[in-house]
Amino acid sequence: MVAMGFNMIYNSTGIINLAQGEFVVLGGLMMVSLTMGADISIPVAFVITVLFVTVVGILMERFTINPVKPPTVMRLIIITVAVSILLKGSAMCFWGKESHYMRHFSGTEPYEIMGATILPQTLWIFGVLIIIVAGFIFFFNFTMTGKSMRACSINRDAARLAGINDRKMVMLSFALSAGIGAIAGIIVTPIIQMDYGRGALLGIKGFGAAVVGGLGNSIGAVAAGLLVGILEALGGGYISSHYMDAFALLILLIVLFIRPSGIFGSREASRLKEF
Amino acid sequence: MAESILELKNLCKYFGGVVAVDHLNITVEQGKIISIIGPNGAGKTTIFNLITGFVRPSSGKIFYDGKEINGLKPYVIAKMQIARTFQNVQIFPQMTVLENVMVGRHVRSRSGFIFSTLFPPVFRTEEKKIREDAMQFLDIVGISHFAKNTAGSLPLGNQRQLEIARALAVEPKLILLDEPASGLNTRETLNMGKLIEKIKKMKITVVLVEHDMELVMDISDKVNVVNFGRCIASGNPIEIQSDPDVIAAYLGG
Amino acid sequence: MGHRDYIGLIIMVVVVALIPRLIENDYYIGILVFTALNCLTCMGLCLLMGYAGQISLGHSAFFGLGAYATGILTVTLGWSPWAAMGAGACLAALVAVVVGVPSLRLKGHYLAMATLGFGAIVHIVFVAAVNLTGGPNGIAGIPHLHLFSFELSTDKSFFYFSWAAVILGLFFALNLIHSRVGRGLRAIHGSQDAAGSLGVNTARYKIQIFILSAVYASVAGSLYANFVNYIDPGPFDVMHSVLLVTMVAVGGMHNIWGALIGAVLLSILPEFLSALSDYFGGVGISYNPDYDMLIYGGILLAIMLFLPGGLFDGFRNLLRLSFNTMDNIKKRVFS
Repeated sequence: MVAMGFNMIYNSTGIINLAQGEFVVLGGLMMVSLTMGADISIPVAFVITVLFVTVVGILMERFTINPVKPPTVMRLIIITVAVSILLKGSAMCFWGKESHYMRHFSGTEPYEIMGATILPQTLWIFGVLIIIVAGFIFFFNFTMTGKSMRACSINRDAARLAGINDRKMVMLSFALSAGIGAIAGIIVTPIIQMDYGRGALLGIKGFGAAVVGGLGNSIGAVAAGLLVGILEALGGGYISSHYMDAFALLILLIVLFIRPSGIFGSREASRLKEF
Repeated sequence: MAESILELKNLCKYFGGVVAVDHLNITVEQGKIISIIGPNGAGKTTIFNLITGFVRPSSGKIFYDGKEINGLKPYVIAKMQIARTFQNVQIFPQMTVLENVMVGRHVRSRSGFIFSTLFPPVFRTEEKKIREDAMQFLDIVGISHFAKNTAGSLPLGNQRQLEIARALAVEPKLILLDEPASGLNTRETLNMGKLIEKIKKMKITVVLVEHDMELVMDISDKVNVVNFGRCIASGNPIEIQSDPDVIAAYLGG
Repeated sequence: MGHRDYIGLIIMVVVVALIPRLIENDYYIGILVFTALNCLTCMGLCLLMGYAGQISLGHSAFFGLGAYATGILTVTLGWSPWAAMGAGACLAALVAVVVGVPSLRLKGHYLAMATLGFGAIVHIVFVAAVNLTGGPNGIAGIPHLHLFSFELSTDKSFFYFSWAAVILGLFFALNLIHSRVGRGLRAIHGSQDAAGSLGVNTARYKIQIFILSAVYASVAGSLYANFVNYIDPGPFDVMHSVLLVTMVAVGGMHNIWGALIGAVLLSILPEFLSALSDYFGGVGISYNPDYDMLIYGGILLAIMLFLPGGLFDGFRNLLRLSFNTMDNIKKRVFS
């Protein structure tokens, strides 16, 4: 899901949002406060959190990306880095440095399925993932707004000539990717316990999945995300759990070096996109 | 017949499904001004990119002075004394006009990393020579009064002149000019034409891609018409202007 | 090298010589030593980012490599600190080649992410390779450096030494910038294609400058180890890499003096802030070192949005503006 977030912003603007990981963190931490601290029910807290993080995403786009002229690559990268530091710092101030625990959505007794133990939360994760992917397929293929966004990503100038408000599309892409990041954070916090510092690692791994799947290709992103996750777990199990994170990062680096267009992306597409 | 300094033989380039250059055959005679013209999207800049090593041919060969140069990197091509300008002016905007041309002297100088790091400029006589030589090329092109200005602050016409001065600093035997008159008014275009003829007098072979027909017909020794990546006509300006295939290509017949 | 650069160097020498006379407090001298080490690293990074135009979000990995090379070689194998520093530099150069050759073919965001990933991996290795690096506990008992027969064990002596290193590094960097090679690098930054077409071997130059910046960082890291005599993986993480980039960007990445300014300002900022908060203590505003991150992020964002050339650029424009204004005033008054 983090990968999908990267793709959305990359598709509409050609930039990689290094603050993506922080959206995930914000989602998770906010959810914790609402459900554990304020004791709000999960569905309601879910909606509030997603809305909140989405607004943050919109603010980010409005104030830090849009006004930048000339939008040189270096400048934009550093700006997204700066925003991620700000978000991380705010998270630390509000939520402190400890990990935060959030209760599972529906109970903690693991199921036995085909010899593997699966937590019910994991099922929730997959369920949400499927809903999101389905939702996005529907959105991008069957709604006017979704198709407009795709048009923007393919050829921004042509889209503008066709009457599409490209600025709004960019803002929308930030909003969506922030929202999707938040959702990712929410559903995964019960299992991994969120803390303020996880953003960078989550972001890099999500980016890795996006690249492996072919930057810009969302189906590939999902597939790659699952693939990378499995490889990481396998690596952790067979090699050493300390190096688990390093393993996933190594995969990212190898893919970047050998085949930057990813598994599903086309070579021409990755070269034609301006960096 | 004059020696051919550049020969493109059966050159092909495919980008995915698009055929940019299709079995192209062009011969460039030494010391002449050869133009390549054709409708937009006919593959002209791709041809330049192929010659200068920015793009690898899908098949076919490029011969320069008898040697095969397809697939060589751009900096190697520059060392072989082939220089080029770009369709969208690629000057170094943050550097001064003089410094831009000094970069052009790169192939004519030697100081490497270690030497440059250890010894301050005071001890480097090469630097002084580079600066003086660069000034000369600014003179040739006629913009030496801009020497200390920031390159990015110059108007387009002067920027194009700067790019040419920089390319000339390489002391090339062959220079490729990619739409040098694009965006220039009539007076500037006339001056550009005079500059190109001056380059010919310096015994440098010029290959010119241009849309401005007056300029092309005025100064070219030979014109090649390219459409859909193929050379559809080749000859002197007068022959080309009355060639039915050419007329059809431009009018979309 | 312009006149201004020589003047700058002389001023630096004078200031560095004077400071220990004025500041007796060893704690502050120590801060200034760290500042010097940051300056050294940032200079290398500035050459890479501002002149060659390549971004590296993983540079503290090289800093850490130097530190750990010194730590491991001196403590476990009994090497002399100088030899260890040299070995560290060679290691950093080697790693720079291994990482740089594939990475520098990437552009823009891909490169940023690759360096980020690289930095993260190295940090994880520092933490996890317990047998080699001592894991989270690090390595203790790293010996001091000896300059000829003089042991650099006091804060003050190391202060002079580290700043001498900075001035030397600056000298080399300035030489490079004002040379044919430096021009080639700036050309790459201006337009990689055009630079290539003029005979600049862009791939090789990018690697070489990457190696140079890695060596600068590694030497700084070795000095760090020799100064504090103890290292752990803490200061060599992704956050530190980002901080280095912040220093260069805030100071002005297109000019090496800018990078120095950025490094100095952001190194002493925390001390300055806590001093301020003591001052404001009575008013009820308290300063928590945790706020550091927010402040750094805020400063970086503000500079990038409003003053992309960094403080150096802003300062220079300010000077130009004031000279122009004075000229205008003179014209009005005397005409």
